[in-house]
Amino acid sequence: MKKPIFDLIIKGGRVIDPALGFGREANIFIKDGTIVRIENDTVASRKKIDSYPADNLLNAEGMLVVPGLIDMHVHLREPGREDEETIITGCQAAAAGGFTSVCCMPNTFPAIDNQETVKFVLSRAERADARVYVVGAVSKMLKGEELSEIGDLVKAGAVAISDDGGYVQNPQLMRHALEYAKMFGIPIISHAEDQFLCAGGIMNESFQSTRLGMIGRPAVGEVIAVLRDIKLCEFIGGRLHIAHVSTAGAVEAIRQAKAQGIAVTAEACPQHFCLTDDMIGIGFDTNLRVNPPIRSQKDVDAVITGLVDGTIDCIASDHAPHAEEEKDVEFDQAPPGMIGLQTTLGLVQTFLVDKGFLSWADAIRKMTVNPARILNLPGGTLQAGASADITIIDTDRKWTVRKKDFLSKSKNSPYVGWKLSGQAAYTVLGGRVVFGRN
Amino acid sequence: MKLQSRHLLGLEGVPADEISLILDTAITFREIIERPIKKVPTLRGITVLNLFYEPSTRTKISFELAEKRLSADAITFTTSTSSVKKGETLKDTVRNIEAMKINMVVVRHSSSGVPYFLTQCLDSNIINAGDGAHEHPTQALLDLFTIRQKYGHLDGLRVVLIGDVKHSRVVRSNIWGLKAMGASVAVCGPSTLLPYEVEQFGVDIYTDLEKAIDGADVVNIMRIQLERQQAGLLPSQREYTNLFGITADRLRLLNKNYTIMHPGPMNRGVEITPEVADGESSVILEQVTNGQAIRMAVLYLLSGKREEEE
Repeated sequence: MKKPIFDLIIKGGRVIDPALGFGREANIFIKDGTIVRIENDTVASRKKIDSYPADNLLNAEGMLVVPGLIDMHVHLREPGREDEETIITGCQAAAAGGFTSVCCMPNTFPAIDNQETVKFVLSRAERADARVYVVGAVSKMLKGEELSEIGDLVKAGAVAISDDGGYVQNPQLMRHALEYAKMFGIPIISHAEDQFLCAGGIMNESFQSTRLGMIGRPAVGEVIAVLRDIKLCEFIGGRLHIAHVSTAGAVEAIRQAKAQGIAVTAEACPQHFCLTDDMIGIGFDTNLRVNPPIRSQKDVDAVITGLVDGTIDCIASDHAPHAEEEKDVEFDQAPPGMIGLQTTLGLVQTFLVDKGFLSWADAIRKMTVNPARILNLPGGTLQAGASADITIIDTDRKWTVRKKDFLSKSKNSPYVGWKLSGQAAYTVLGGRVVFGRN
Repeated sequence: MKLQSRHLLGLEGVPADEISLILDTAITFREIIERPIKKVPTLRGITVLNLFYEPSTRTKISFELAEKRLSADAITFTTSTSSVKKGETLKDTVRNIEAMKINMVVVRHSSSGVPYFLTQCLDSNIINAGDGAHEHPTQALLDLFTIRQKYGHLDGLRVVLIGDVKHSRVVRSNIWGLKAMGASVAVCGPSTLLPYEVEQFGVDIYTDLEKAIDGADVVNIMRIQLERQQAGLLPSQREYTNLFGITADRLRLLNKNYTIMHPGPMNRGVEITPEVADGESSVILEQVTNGQAIRMAVLYLLSGKREEEE
């Protein structure tokens, strides 16, 4: 047997790379952590591969082979709440969920509003099972008062800024943030919910909140926040990214802004295309409490339409780990948020691909090249020369979400017990198989 | 005829025959509390915990008396600070108390859904004594009892619930109970205190008091709280009284043989004038007496569900 030229060959899978417009059976050759080439899965190519030692082969027959998925919206909780998640455990969950890159939000303790904290996160991520990109804070301590040292943040490696968890309520500060961020070519990620309209709210305002006697977060609280940011972006320029779009009104506002050529992009999370607010009254599951809240069927339909027509560019999890003791309480006392790194791919297949809303190419686009372009990340493609970040998806796999299978330190998922289709079979990071399911 | 559930969490979804069973059972207890010796051995050996996380006068006393008159061993735990602030979770608190061998729990809490939450962490029968703005089923049942007592039936009656619909658990439980029993229900209050999509309850909506009560049989008046003004929901108490206060003058619009109700505590001179509150059509104190009978009936019926399982 000859000495292998390649470190890893992924053979026989259906390779989809929306960035390259590639979609057929092919073999991927990897050397030194980099993709060397993709060959169509011909008899000749097969013959060559079959002479390789089995250790260097990954059989992807019957599976999808796609660029390593990027989750542009996660909370890794480190520094500060290492009991809920660490960079290492969050990245293990990412790898198991098929994600090779994650972008972590700055609402840690201390907040990621200074270059030392960016460096700390990046140094912790060096040995992790996924690439970590840092989103820095818009304002010092996310207080919405003064800009953080955005130049420093970018210099240390931040790829975007956000006060995620809350809205930059002061329009003057948001204006200045857009102006200032323009210098560095980074987008501002907006958690668009007006703090006054949503004050005290714990679920969507609808007949369901009326019925349950809970304080609502009205859809208009998101719509107004999105519209204001769009108008500021139109006036100032710069780049605006709307996080976790959840309402029909926000989808429509973004659609119109895009039609006018305003530089706005958007993401949607599974909870806003899989869950509806009538689920809350069934068991008062605090894992269903999230901001923005799970909405009505009309909003779910609009988010799906936005994903289909391209208004919504990305799919992200908003993975938000919370300790069990903080969630196992009265509904209104529980902190908002749910984990999502290990369920997002299955929910995307089950609710978007299998139902015929998105082709695999479109779904993958929203989890690879689109977030990569928005954040100027190097990944998101299988192009020769790119880092070998690759996700192999077993689309035939039917599985049940189980608490014990979560690698995240926190288990706050409303999907436990759900039956889903599709799961990552292998996750390859820089040519290294960081996750494999047997 | 039996109750389906071993808990009373709310009146939403409770069918008419079960509501009738509770009301019919309460008739017997209503007689007992008029006797010189107001005590029966029905719940002897049963321990009931009254868990009040919100201030309450009449509901707490009413449950305690109901339990004592049924010969249950009753203890009451009252706290105005949430357990979260105290450093122990609600779940731990109640499981510790249940470890002392409690059979039934009566709970009042400011968070919607707490009674359901307790069914998930305890074996006891749970009775909701008011959760957030969600439900207050025993209050609605005593309201239904009081109306039925006077008219002999509930179906076909026109009942108007007036005031702070948005924040009222009494209104919600009354809507479910009255509709199940075939009454026609209307709600009336300032637009800021009518919650979003309230019409989906299947009730008539009014913001004009005189139109609302025109032709009504029963007017049930909710307490208006000063905090609503601070929260920007009302311009002033004065304007509320002008627009929604129930005065003797306005009663002429009601049907003959009308009834005035209020779950208490009343703000005399704000949502109701003393003249109306103390007038001959007022059944406000009768409601309180009937509350005793209703709570005894509920405790009795649910304790039966308990034994049946053992």
